[in-house]
Amino acid sequence: MKYLDEFSNPDLAKRLIEEIHAVTTRPWAIMEVCGGQTHSIIRHGIDQLLPDEIEMIHGPGCPVCVTPLEIIDRALAIAARPDVIFCSFGDMLRVPGSDRDLFRIKSEGGDVRVVYSPLDALKLARENPDREVVFFGIGFETTAPANAMTVYQAKRLGITNFSLLVSHVLVPPAVAAIMESPTCRVQAFLAAGHVCSVMGTHEYPPLTDKYKVPIVVTGFEPLDILEGIRRTVLQLESGRHELENAYPRAVVADGNQAAMQMLNDVFEVTDRAWRGIGMIPGSGWRLSHAYADFDAEKRFAVTDIHTEESSLCRSGEVLQGLIKPHECEAFGRECTPRNPLGATMVSSEGACAAYYLYRRLDMVQAVGG
Amino acid sequence: MAEATWIGPIPDPMPGPAPAAIDMDSWVCPAPLRDSPAIVMGHGGGGAMSAELIEHLFLPAFGSAAQAEMGDSAVVEVGGARLAFSTDSFVVKPMFFPGGSIGDLAVNGTVNDLAMAGAVPMVLSTAFILEEGTALSEIGKIAEAVGAAARTAGVKLVTGDTKVVDSGSGDGVYINTAGIGFIPDGVDIRPERAEPGDLVIVSGDIGVHGIAVMSCREGLEFGTTIASDCAALHGLVAAMLATGADLHVLRDPTRGGVAASLNEIAKSAKVGVTLVERDLPIPQTVRDACGLLGLDPLYVANEGKLLAIVSPEDAEQVLAAMRQHELGREARVIGACGTEHPGMLVTRTTLGGTRVVDLPIGEQLPRIC
Repeated sequence: MKYLDEFSNPDLAKRLIEEIHAVTTRPWAIMEVCGGQTHSIIRHGIDQLLPDEIEMIHGPGCPVCVTPLEIIDRALAIAARPDVIFCSFGDMLRVPGSDRDLFRIKSEGGDVRVVYSPLDALKLARENPDREVVFFGIGFETTAPANAMTVYQAKRLGITNFSLLVSHVLVPPAVAAIMESPTCRVQAFLAAGHVCSVMGTHEYPPLTDKYKVPIVVTGFEPLDILEGIRRTVLQLESGRHELENAYPRAVVADGNQAAMQMLNDVFEVTDRAWRGIGMIPGSGWRLSHAYADFDAEKRFAVTDIHTEESSLCRSGEVLQGLIKPHECEAFGRECTPRNPLGATMVSSEGACAAYYLYRRLDMVQAVGG
Repeated sequence: MAEATWIGPIPDPMPGPAPAAIDMDSWVCPAPLRDSPAIVMGHGGGGAMSAELIEHLFLPAFGSAAQAEMGDSAVVEVGGARLAFSTDSFVVKPMFFPGGSIGDLAVNGTVNDLAMAGAVPMVLSTAFILEEGTALSEIGKIAEAVGAAARTAGVKLVTGDTKVVDSGSGDGVYINTAGIGFIPDGVDIRPERAEPGDLVIVSGDIGVHGIAVMSCREGLEFGTTIASDCAALHGLVAAMLATGADLHVLRDPTRGGVAASLNEIAKSAKVGVTLVERDLPIPQTVRDACGLLGLDPLYVANEGKLLAIVSPEDAEQVLAAMRQHELGREARVIGACGTEHPGMLVTRTTLGGTRVVDLPIGEQLPRIC
């Protein structure tokens, strides 16, 4: 399984960095959409190696970060029920709701479990017919097919003690929302490669045309990201605004047809609130009418739980690229990975956590001279 | 229930017996809310929360009876001789893993704690807490592993204890060992002695034990062939001391990995530690597993490796002696101590950037995508 080293080769990276320096003549603001890309950029120090003219803006592409507080509170209410086995991806367990997180629910006796595959949750449901098994189905288009597969199979196999708490979000409406913002500074996007490996690239040409903005489908290893940036800068410098695929080893234009068929069957588009940003029309998926029986929010009657976000936290501005994480007054003071105020400080893919973990040195040196 | 409409090919829905979801009792909670009124898993993680529990609960309660320097071993003077004294409890799940068992860990863990003070381990106590219903054949295998590890390490098991708890009150077997070792004259090894200019040496590949254990945990079988590096390190330490070199610091980077150990040393000695990413010996299997799970090898546990901090003048002969020893064949320099960024661990990335490597709050949780 060699897929990392080839795409981290320092000699090739150096050549790409030199090419980017050579073609850059003016300041450009480029947003990487996906939290996985943010993590990789900061972890490898890629942004430190780019020309000063190029500013990377960290986008809203961390699913843990954008899941609204309200949904977290609903998850906590469901997970606290004695009849429920609540299953989730690991990242979500430490996201604080209004007053607790899933770890706390567990220490108080709740049956909360980390699973790697959503289908493991379905297996738990089959093995525990006297318990209700709920899977916290969050994520972008990338995680959606596996989550959809759970209810597809549950329905087919007649497993009735399984349900999904769905908070799926979609990338293209978020890109549009960012471009529509009157304070938008973004001049180009690195699109999230793994989202496109599921959905293909057909959703993006309308965006490049309407907003006159280059979009380059980009992977996650250092060379992938540098190549995405190189192609983006070439477009910006030459005044083009096109869709390009810089991640062809994973992305084809038509996407994954089988996955998309299943997504069409299981989900339907809905308006979705993004933590820190607010409501974005048509930016999420909920279970379709055919699968409404598997909707955990309805099954456990938690739709009346409504929650306001913290007023101190400026994660919305971070997620829109309006401020850098350390420009928030609470950063590193009231808000740390240990005691996060907002979701961007929680997930290791969150921009604030990435800055806190990897970039405090710059800040210490800046403060200390 | 009606058959779903999607008719594409789907994988076998339930191949084989259902793996249970990952049992979170064996995970360490990374960042539960600060005001938890009860013990959560994070309190046992060896990171920030463990330190707070000791500082704010145990030490005030112990009052003047406490005389702990918070190192892995205490150093006590008895009749002019200096003795190292250490204790450790072992609750690893599963009890057997590729390359070892809880029995090997119980002996080697305490032997290594003594060895990291430069002590020659002499005697060990072993206390077993056994869960009602555990098969005698399993206890027998573990006891044989304890005996074999002690014979290999050349330590005597001089006292012990056995207790049984109700079924459901334990995970089969918990083991506590305590050990005493003799510190030769002239040996003064402790974290505070790291100095600017000193080099950081690691005795071999990192991340091996943690990935080996993870590879066979319930719900997380990813079929890697890696075996734990569990081993007693006092022979290697003796070979290093025999060179006459002045070893400043030794540490076995167990829970929390290389990152936790070097952070603690940086804070104790008020030096900045800088690692060179391309010099880190990380085996391909560990790289791959960490890549899949979104983990950082620097935080993954080791059980048969040591970190040594020595002056540049001594480094060459220490390295030569290590490479002559079976457990140090791959020893190499991975970084240095300096006056910049005191108290912090920083890595120079392979691409040429830098990033801070923070003290873990608890164990890492796999990222979502």
